[in-house]
Parts: sequence; C-alpha cells; structure tokens
Amino acid sequence: MGLSGVRKVQVSQSLSSSFTDDTGSIVAQPGIAPIGRGRTLLRKLLANRAAVVGGAYIILLLVVAAAPSLFATHHPTRYQNPTNRFAPPSSEHWFGTDNLGRDVYSRVIYGTQVTLWVAFRSVFFGMIIGVTLGIVAGYYGKWVDALIMRMMDILLAFPGILLALAIVSALGASLDNVVIAIAIFSVPTFARIVRGSTLAVRNLEYVEAIRALGARDVKILAQHVLPNVLSPIIVQATLYIATAILIASGLSFLGLGAQPPIPEWGLMLAAGRDFIWNAIHVTLFPGLAIMLAVLSFNLLGDGLRDALDPRLK
Amino acid sequence: MSLGVYIARRLLQMIPVLLGVVFLVFSLLHLVPGDPAMIMAGEQASPVQLERMRERLGLNDPLHIQYLRYLGNALQGDLGSSVRNNRAVTQEIFTSRYWTTLQLATMSIMLAVFIGVTAGVVSAVWRHSLLDTAIMLVALFGLSMPSFWLGIMLIFWFSVQLFWLPAAGWGTLQQAVLPVITLGTAGAAVIARMTRSSMLEVIGQDYIRTARAKGVREAIVINKHALRNALIPVVTVVGLQFGFFLGGSVLTETVFAINGLGRLMVGAIAARDFPVVQGAVLVASVSFMMVNLVVDVTYRFLNKRIELS
Repeated sequence: MGLSGVRKVQVSQSLSSSFTDDTGSIVAQPGIAPIGRGRTLLRKLLANRAAVVGGAYIILLLVVAAAPSLFATHHPTRYQNPTNRFAPPSSEHWFGTDNLGRDVYSRVIYGTQVTLWVAFRSVFFGMIIGVTLGIVAGYYGKWVDALIMRMMDILLAFPGILLALAIVSALGASLDNVVIAIAIFSVPTFARIVRGSTLAVRNLEYVEAIRALGARDVKILAQHVLPNVLSPIIVQATLYIATAILIASGLSFLGLGAQPPIPEWGLMLAAGRDFIWNAIHVTLFPGLAIMLAVLSFNLLGDGLRDALDPRLK
Repeated sequence: MSLGVYIARRLLQMIPVLLGVVFLVFSLLHLVPGDPAMIMAGEQASPVQLERMRERLGLNDPLHIQYLRYLGNALQGDLGSSVRNNRAVTQEIFTSRYWTTLQLATMSIMLAVFIGVTAGVVSAVWRHSLLDTAIMLVALFGLSMPSFWLGIMLIFWFSVQLFWLPAAGWGTLQQAVLPVITLGTAGAAVIARMTRSSMLEVIGQDYIRTARAKGVREAIVINKHALRNALIPVVTVVGLQFGFFLGGSVLTETVFAINGLGRLMVGAIAARDFPVVQGAVLVASVSFMMVNLVVDVTYRFLNKRIELS
C-alpha cells in the first residue's frame, strides 16, 4: 500500500512537464522539451538495472556482428575437420565441433551478424510501412482509416508465425524472403499503435490551432505528429527485434530461411537436432545464443517502456 | 446493446476480414515466382502434363474468376485436392491432423493459464519481494526462449538422459507431457506478466482499499475482490495465446514429430503442394478468428456482469 503511494508521486512528478490523457491506451506524451526528455530518459534507463544489462549485451552483439573475425577462432564454413567431428568443448574448440567438424563457437559468432542483419532489416521495413499507414489512417480518418485498419485486421487474422510461414512458402526459402515475411508480419502492430497515438495528437488543441493557421498536412505530420508518436514506436521496435529473431530462427529451423552452409542459429539447431544423442553441444550453444539475444532486446524494450511511459506498467 | 446484438454485429464485421483472408490465402499461389504449374508438376513435366496441371488448378481463367471460384468452393467446404496424393484437402486436414493440433493447443493453454495466473497473482501480492523478482525473471526467460530449442533440450534431459518420457509422437499422456510444456511455456510467461500488471492495477483501486479498511481478511480481498476483476483483461490474452498456439504448434510438432496441422503444412511446403498449404493456413486462421470472437464475447459478458452487480 505504502509503496504504491510512493510510486504514484514519482509518476506524477515525471509527468509534470507533459500532457496527460485519460484514454489509458498506448499513446504518446506530447509536449516535453526534446533535450530534457533525452536526458531524463537516459537517467531513468540507467537506473533500471535490467535494461542496462540488456543494453550492454546488445552493444556486445553489435560489436561482434560488426567484426566477427576478431572474435572467431576458426573460419565459420571453410574450416572443416572430418576426423574431428562432434568433439566436445575444449580449449581448441570452445563450443566443440559439429557433424562436419566445424567449430561451433566460430559459427555462433558469425551467426550474430546473420541474425541481427535479418532482424534489423525486417523490423525497419515493417516499421516504416506500419508507421506510415498508421499516421495516414489516424490523421485523415474516415474511409482512409477504415480501409487501412480493415487491411490490418486481415493481416492480424493469421495466428502467430503462420503469416510469415505462408509468405515464405510462396516466395521460396531464403533469408531475404524471411525479411519480407517478418516485415509484413510486423506492419499491423506498428500501424495500430501509431494510429492511436496520431488520433490523440491530432485532437490536441495546439495541433488544431496550427492547422487552423493554415499549416500544410505534411508539415503538421512531420513536425508535430511524428515526434509525438516516437516513444511507443521505439518501444515497439525494440520488442519486435526480439520477436523477429525468434521468428527468423524458427523459419530457418524449419528449413525455410537460411540455407547451408550459412552459420545461422536456427539452422544450426536444425542440423544439430539429429545428434543430441552424442553431441548436445551442437544444439545447446546456438539455442543459448538465440535466447540471450532475444532476452536482451526484451529487457531493453521493457526498460524503455517504463522510462518513456510510466503509466504502462 | 444486448449480447445478442453484439454477437451479430461482430459476426457481420468478420465477413470482410474473412473475405480478405481468403483472398490472401488464394494469392499465395500467385506470389510464387515463375509458373506455379511448373513448380508443382516438376521440372521434367511434359507440356501436356503442365497443361493438365494448369487446368486442374484453374490457372487459365482470369484472376477474379479464380478468386471467386476459390471462395465459392471454400464456402462449400471444398479446399481443392492435394497435388501429391489427390486426397481432398479438407479430408487431409480434418481426418485427424486438425484434432491433434487442437488437443495439443488446448492442453498447452490449460497449462499456461494455470501456471501463468498462479505466478502472476503471487508476484503481484508479494510485489517487489525476492519471489516476485524471481518469477518475473523466469517469465522473461520463458518469453525469450525459442520453443523449438526448449523442446530439444527437454528431449535431451527427459528422453535421452533419464529415459522418463518418449521423445516423439502423439496419443498417450506420456507423449503429451514434453510437447505441452514446450508449447505452453511462452504462453505461461505472457499470461503471468499480464496477470501481475492487471492485479497491481486492481489492488491499487479504491474499492480494494475500502475492503481492507473495513477489515476484510487479506485472503478474501485478494481472492474475492481483486482476482475476479483482474482476470477479465487476462481473458483477452489467453484467447490470443490460444490462437497463437494453433499456429505456433508448427515448430513444436516438428520437434516432436507430431502429425498435426503444422507438420502437415511443413510437409506440404517442402513438397510444393500448395492446395494443402493454402487449406491449412485458411483453416488455422478461421479457427483463430473464431477463438477471438468467443473471447470478445466472454470479455463483454464478464464486463456486463460487473456493471450490473
């Protein structure tokens, strides 16, 4: 009881410089000075230990992805030693070797690049399309809104990874097609969030005033609506990178994404699956890599959400 | 608005979405780069065989005719026939596959609800305790774990090392244990997080404070006053998760070699058997929509009761 009271005071203080609304859904808090917001955000984020751990791990992943050769001990595909297959972890092969005698550690390292590249691209494209559709729907309303949101409803009618699976099944198995599939999969979520926030911003008095003064729609959208819907977009994008990693590795696991000999984590799991009887390390480490990557983006996303919008607990 | 009117309105609203879903599923065949007839008949197919395949799939007609025919047939329960074995797609799906997946999804959601709600309530009641932190950390790991990897690890421990449970198949209770844990874990994590935040919101409200101030015992405050209201938003999440399980069982079924809808789909994709892929996607999506409808109606019904009482 006492604790929740203390929390409430903190919340109202942090909101003192911003507009609040009572819709209760995911909406932006417009009106905070950008610089002040940036500093407060960073301070709040750094106070969140879980988010710091997640962020630090993501930085490590980015470094590894940028220069995998600095970290790898062997070449991920060319190094093969048929006489040393399924070797358990050792000082020479930290994560052991796989069914072709390749170094699992080096393949996991190079896999970071593959995974992040797929996840970032798919979320980026999905975000661009989704945000555009959401802003257009929320700002113009009426039939435009109805049409766009019905289309989003259709995409959301496919449960889980089924939409991505169906798209890849038609386009063919490749990582680029996985990017397309996950991008399409993530469009409706972005569109929905942004539409809601745009609606809330559009009806604010100052935006209506600017419009009454004759500002062009594009200018209003770019200068006033977009900055105000950024917070929920950033949170959603971070969380969706986690989802994208899970879906991409899942599709590769099913043979619909990366093709051999690409060192992709899901594909490595699929290949190692047949050998869990004698070499569990071949599946253990790529799986851990997926889990830790997903976990770090989830931690950062949760932290960002708490920092950007204290009401969304 | 009465509940009957609400259900009728929701059903009407579903029609355009359903038409769109059928259209997307129909379009899949036309997203295929190159000639779908060639891909399905095989590279070595003679011109006569190709023509027969085109004829069979109706690819010679204009697109809108093809769509209307697919829609019309689908409404009559005809989803075409498998290119591989000529069996009707509906027969392939509903003879046993669909029910297997439904069983798996149902058992998994039951596990997820039981664990998720319990963990979420415990977390909320002892907020900021070590237990709360531990539960939320485990939930975060549960969310972040790839289900197919969890499945493989469970097989490794309980089948390969301990010989406790079978590693594959479906039918006996022992065979169900590992797949249900595999599929249910992420759902349990989502439900636990949702239950916790919903409980915290309710516990902070005035009527709970009033109940406590009146001297009502804490156990009764939690079980009778708080939990009932906190679980209403959880219903929505449970419905969504159940729908995801219907689609997400693809990976679990692959790991445990379970002949459900998901494995049917994966096999059909590998064999380029598009009518089966389309049919399976359509059936899963329509099931998902139905689940969502039931959930929304339940949600409204529960909310109504609160308004009345």
